[in-house]
Amino acid sequence: MAHPEPERHLLRARDLADTRYADQVDVGAMAAAAGLSRAHFSRAFAGAFGESPGAYLLTRRLERAAALLRNTDHSVAEICFEVGLASVGSFTTSFKRVYGQTPTEYRASHPTAATWAMVPSCLIQEYARRGNRTIREDGGAPTE
Amino acid sequence: MISLAMTQVWVHDQDVAKDFYTTKLGWEVRQDAVIPELGGFRFLTVGPPAQPDIAVALLVVPPAPIFDEETGAQLKALVAKGQAGSLFLTTDDIQADCEALKARGVQFYEEPTEYPYGRDSGFHDPSGNSIRLAQVKPGFSSTREPVSA
Repeated sequence: MAHPEPERHLLRARDLADTRYADQVDVGAMAAAAGLSRAHFSRAFAGAFGESPGAYLLTRRLERAAALLRNTDHSVAEICFEVGLASVGSFTTSFKRVYGQTPTEYRASHPTAATWAMVPSCLIQEYARRGNRTIREDGGAPTE
Repeated sequence: MISLAMTQVWVHDQDVAKDFYTTKLGWEVRQDAVIPELGGFRFLTVGPPAQPDIAVALLVVPPAPIFDEETGAQLKALVAKGQAGSLFLTTDDIQADCEALKARGVQFYEEPTEYPYGRDSGFHDPSGNSIRLAQVKPGFSSTREPVSA
């Protein structure tokens, strides 16, 4: 049975971003997951979640990158590719704009406090995902 | 001592929710009663078989005038957007349970992933409610006091 609330289809698209951020998933794939045309999807997504699907995808990737910087010893370049971004330069620029520090500075300034408090990861993912105030810089599809 | 007996999530369709929480999640129905004197209100609760003292009520957003139409519409949209809350579940074998759930058609928005406290994953029920499934490392628990720096 189809869900009567259109927002449920938008959540399916957001789930795709959360699940597949490490792949080459883009706004077109998110729109397809919601069963909407790309233009309609971008408007509907922004209306439901308060940001464009492109901004959501980028900030999810940056949030995951921040977690990997805190919790692993992977290099900045490795982390860039692990979260589905194609350009290390754009990644560093986007990261610094959103988090106020370069990835290297961010890693150095964060103790592993999360080791000691069992804050469920879904809450960390929401609270650690910073807003994106300007256009994306990852070299991918344009912001919608 | 005050104990947790029941919590509640809003669902868009109780038959769909009942099927999901029983045949997909493996829980059991505790109560499923339609009450004529309450206008046909259906009280549906489910719970994990290993925890007979804890239940989750699966309720539909009541129609006007119980909730006004605007409030009801807002609530339905919040649930559908996955923003109406979460159930936090634990397991002793996240890999096996994740594979079993996926074999029953559950789509995860986060596959089992390593975190300092263990492995955690997430999926949505058919209505949009977030369900987290974690396998917590020994020494960690949701009731443990954070250690201050």
